[in-house]
Parts: sequence; structure tokens; C-alpha cells
Amino acid sequence: MGAEPQAAAGNDFTARAPKALNDPTLRANFRRAMDGLMSKRAAQFADTPAWEALRARGAAAKARVLARLPELLVELEENCRANGIEVHWAESIPEANAIVLEILRAAGARTVIKGKSMVSEEMELNHHLAAHGIQAVESDLGEYIIQLAGEAPSHIVMPCIHKNKAEIAQLFAERIPGLGYTEDVDALTAAARAELRGRFAAADAGISGVNFAVAETGTLVLVENEGNGRLSTTLPPLHIALMGIEKLVETLEDLPPLLALLPRSATGQHITTYVNMITHPRRPGELDGPEKVHLVLLDSGRSRVFGDDQLRDTLRCIRCGACMNHCPVYSRVGGHTYKFVYPGPIGKILTPQLEGLDCAGDQPHASTLCNACVEVCPVKIPIADILVRLREESVRPGHSGAVKGGGARRSWLETLSWRGWMLIYSRPWMGRLAAWGMTRFGNLLPERLPLLKAWTSVRAKPRFAAKSLHELAREQGYCDE
Amino acid sequence: MSDARANILARLRAAPRTAPPERPDWTPPVFGEGRLERFRAMLGSVHGEVVETTLAAWPERLAALLAERGVRRVLYGPAAPVGAQLGRAWMADADAPTLVPYDRSIEEMKAELVHTVEAGVTSVRWGIAETGSLVLWPDAAEPRLMSLLPPLHVAVMAASGLHDSLAQLVAEQGWAGAMPTNALLISGPSKTADIEQTLAYGVHGPKELLVLVLTDQ
Repeated sequence: MGAEPQAAAGNDFTARAPKALNDPTLRANFRRAMDGLMSKRAAQFADTPAWEALRARGAAAKARVLARLPELLVELEENCRANGIEVHWAESIPEANAIVLEILRAAGARTVIKGKSMVSEEMELNHHLAAHGIQAVESDLGEYIIQLAGEAPSHIVMPCIHKNKAEIAQLFAERIPGLGYTEDVDALTAAARAELRGRFAAADAGISGVNFAVAETGTLVLVENEGNGRLSTTLPPLHIALMGIEKLVETLEDLPPLLALLPRSATGQHITTYVNMITHPRRPGELDGPEKVHLVLLDSGRSRVFGDDQLRDTLRCIRCGACMNHCPVYSRVGGHTYKFVYPGPIGKILTPQLEGLDCAGDQPHASTLCNACVEVCPVKIPIADILVRLREESVRPGHSGAVKGGGARRSWLETLSWRGWMLIYSRPWMGRLAAWGMTRFGNLLPERLPLLKAWTSVRAKPRFAAKSLHELAREQGYCDE
Repeated sequence: MSDARANILARLRAAPRTAPPERPDWTPPVFGEGRLERFRAMLGSVHGEVVETTLAAWPERLAALLAERGVRRVLYGPAAPVGAQLGRAWMADADAPTLVPYDRSIEEMKAELVHTVEAGVTSVRWGIAETGSLVLWPDAAEPRLMSLLPPLHVAVMAASGLHDSLAQLVAEQGWAGAMPTNALLISGPSKTADIEQTLAYGVHGPKELLVLVLTDQ
């Protein structure tokens, strides 16, 4: 890896990491949260055979979706339309933002209340709406807190996990009129409820994400604990649901196993407080619910991921966050170090594919390949294999085109070094000579040597033994053959 | 917009196909006689309270439970069987809480529902023992927000409506052919753990969930 290509490849994860690693408050906040989430999840899946059976069922449900994705999207669209839900397709983020803005404008909406949606984070929807005079208020408590703080989520399930009670108390004291400084969690929660109740009542529209869209029935399924998702999708006269094109299930029958996996993997709960299944807008005679429901299907790079039958497994993800909770890298550096919307192991494989290896090529390298994420993934995404594949794609000559920005991290020095390696080790006499040289002079190599530096900058330089294994074996009388 | 649809589908259809895997065997749990006990334990673990009563006695029992809590304004659905029974029973009782009928659209009743009612009483279509969940299919007589806006949600459930699992309900009750406008699973009161994983109840929805199980039904 030469210096210039690294910079061009967006290799600043390594540069950002020390800031988080040297922040004791942040480290403590994440450590406490991750330990709690891991032990709660472990308690839910204490019965290993039952977990394996459930997980196999969940993984198959999502694999079946990917096997029939185009047909299922059409089926979902037809069923939603028959139910009275209007369906929109967006190839890109600007297109999706334009669709949402157009729907809101047509309805004369000025204020929007939002349930939690990672797709809307991907779209930076709040900024887009604000630029066009529409105010979007986050209503999930964690999202509300980071909106007040002007920050981005640091975890896909618990967005303000990087903040502790004292930091939130300070923020609320400054931003919520009439509330003094209090670290009492019930008082902080009550203050947020009081602030947001009026916003719900006044909102012209509600925007939400979708956890599962059931193709068979045209049903949008949302899981949540707070009730803000239900309020956002029930109280305002207009509901806009945003989803990536992969978040489907074929049938209602596939829902129970996935609902048994998602909250247990995410937060160690056996079920969330609410599972909200929306199939129609308000029907004649009904007294509440939105008059209009719109569903926006966002591609934004997903169809390209789908084009490769190994990388495609990335799209099974149900966004539980278990991979990040168990990741030794994420739990030390936190979500913001990744810079992109999806942090942790799933982010490391999803982001480079959506954004391109040329601008997120550092992400697949922010991993020790320890496999913890793979062991806990409820839908068996082979995250480690995909990480390795993405590392290959980023240096592959005349890249396969499978991933946007492939080949971006290729450098002449690294290529030359591997060529040299190949040359030496395909000729026994050269190999022997090289081993002899390394054992005698290898320890004289300066640490700051290009290539070697990538290793020695954060680790001790390996020490060469005085004699190679082959030499030792020969001395002991083993035959070379 | 139609271009987006065509382009997305074209890219997906051009990708290599894989055969859909079979759905492996997975058996949701069965509780038999222990169903109600499981339901009570699971709902209790998420801060829900179960009170056993009977069809004839529940309105009076509820009046007493609400009096203990000092609840005076109760939202009900007069056109629903549960609401109609409550209306008849409490009309004769001068000390009973004030009943607020949900009989106009939310647009007309917003201020009252968002800010003043203290409890909402709904029926429950089915219960799920595995997760301690209530299944509600709100309709014109018992609208969606009844179980969400008031700080206390009272849910009236026939013991016979208790099933083992969601999987069993979806299959046996033929949900796929009959999905309502909104189907809900409710497991406990509204809660959050967004501040340092500390549980707090009633963040947006009810702070308290009270389930009246009619054991003779």
C-alpha cells in the first residue's frame, strides 16, 4: 500500500480511531452498553439447539427472499396497491428525497414527526426537508437526543449509546425550557414525552422505516418499544414509510421466526413492546389512522450488491446490531469512527458496497476477522468471508466490476512485492536463499520501511529466529522431501 | 419514476439466480395447561399486570382498580361489546369513573385524546403465551389510538383466546387472507432504555398495562 493510493481510498478510519480510543468517557459508555447487550442476548439464546434451529429458519426465510427478490418486489407492490398503499421506487438517494418532498408538498405538510429509520439516515432526509422549509422532528428518544445535540447515530438500534446520563442531562437542561439539570432517567423521559406529545398532535405527516414488508399480504411491519413508531404511523393524516428493496419477507408464516430473532439478538428482549402491522390506510368508517399511506422503495446501490451471488448475502441483514455489539473493534472505537451511517461489521461490508471501495475502502480492513459477528448473526451472513472478498476486490487488477470502486486500493509497491514473493517461493533455491538471508539480516530491517510500516505502526515488529525451520529440521536429521 | 422501477427490476433480473432453500423445520413452543401461567409470567417480566376476573364481574373490578389509581377519565368504544358492557355497568354506578366515548374521528377528538384521557379500555382478540403478548385488531368500534394515547391501557381478554405462539395464530386463524387495517402485538407498557440502558416506562404510549383475563370465557 503506497501512501497516495491510501489517501485516495479514504483510509482515514485508522486516523480517526485513536481519538475514540483515547476518550475514556466514550470507551466507558460503549463498554458498559456492549457488556449489557451481550449478556442479555446470551440469556435469550441459552438453549443452543433451539437457537440454531430458529436461526436456520430465519436465515432460510431471508435467503428465500433473495432468491426471488424481483418477483417478490412486484408482488409486494401489487398487494400494497390493492390495499390502498401507494408505492414509489427510487434508484438513488436524491430520487427518494425528491419523492418524499413531493408527497409532503402535495399534502401541504409543514411539519413531520419521524419514527426511527436507518434508511432516512442514509438519505439525510431531515437535512433535505429542512432545506425545503419542512421541519422533521425525531421522536424515538435516542434519535431525539442526538437531533437535539446535532449528532449522527452511533449505533443502528440504540442511536445515542455513546452518551451517558450526565451528558444527556446537560443537553436537556440547555435545550428543554423549564427543565433544570436532572440525571433522573424517569424525569428525563417524562420531559421528552411532554415535549413530543404536542409535536405528534401538530404533525402534518409521519415518516417511518419498515422492519419487514410482507409480499404475500402487502403488510408493513414495524417493531419498537416506545410507541413513537405507532404514533408516527397512526396520528398524522399522512404516513410515508421508507425501506430498502431488500427488507421483505415472502409470507406471514416467515414473520414469527424473524420476530423471535430480531429483538432477542438486538436488545435481549423476548419481544418488543409493539409489533405494528400496517396493511391499509384508514378505511371508511374507521376513526383514526392516516388517510394516505405511501411506501418508498429505495435501491441506492442494493441492486448492484444483489448482482454478485456471494456479496448478495449482505442483503439478508435484519438490522439487529448484534454484530456490532459483539465486535471487538466497534466496542472500542464506537459508531462515529466509521463515519458512515452503518457502523460495525455489517457497516464494514455494506458501506463499501453502497458507497464504493474508492471512498470507503478502509472499512473492510477495520476488522480482526475474529468471526464473533458471524457467530451471532441471526440470519447467518458470512460477514468475515465478505470482508475478505472486499479486501480482494479493492486490490484486484482490472477489477471484476462486482463492487463499485473496485481496485481502488491497488498500489504498484504492494503488487511488486507480491510478484517478488511469488518469484522467490516458486523456486526452491531462491526460497532457501531468502530464508537464510532473513534469519541472518531480517532483524536489521528498519521498522519504517514502506509496507512493513503498516504493521509496525500499531504492533511490535516480528523477530526473525536465528535459523529457519528448514535448517533446524535438517540439523535434526529430517529429510527435505 | 416508472424508469426507476424498470431499471431496478432489470438489474435484479439480470443477476445470477439461486434456488430458494427449503424452510428447515422449526417448532414453536407449546404450553398446554401451563398456558395462562406462562402468559402471566412473560407479561409480568415486561411490567404488564394480569388480573383474573369473570365476564360478569370485570366492570366492577375495574372501577375498583381505577379508584386505587385515582383514574377518572376513561376512553371507551361504546359500539364494541366490551365498551357496551362497561357503559351499562358504570351508568348504574354513581362513583364510577367518567366514560369518554371514542365515537368521532381523531381530528375532532385530538385534544382530548392526546392530553386529557387517563385510561383506555379495549378488548383483546387473542393472547400469546410464549411472549406474553396481546393481539389487537383495532376497528371502527375500537380505534387504533385507544391502546396508545392514554397513560393506562386496560385490555380485556377471554382466557379461551390464549394461544401458544404467534406462529400458531397466524396459521390457525388464517391471517394471510384477512389482514386488518392494523394488527398489533402489545407486550407491556411503552418503554425505552435509550438512556444508559436504564428502563423507563411510558415514554410515548401507556405507562401502565393492565390485562383483565376473563377466566370463565
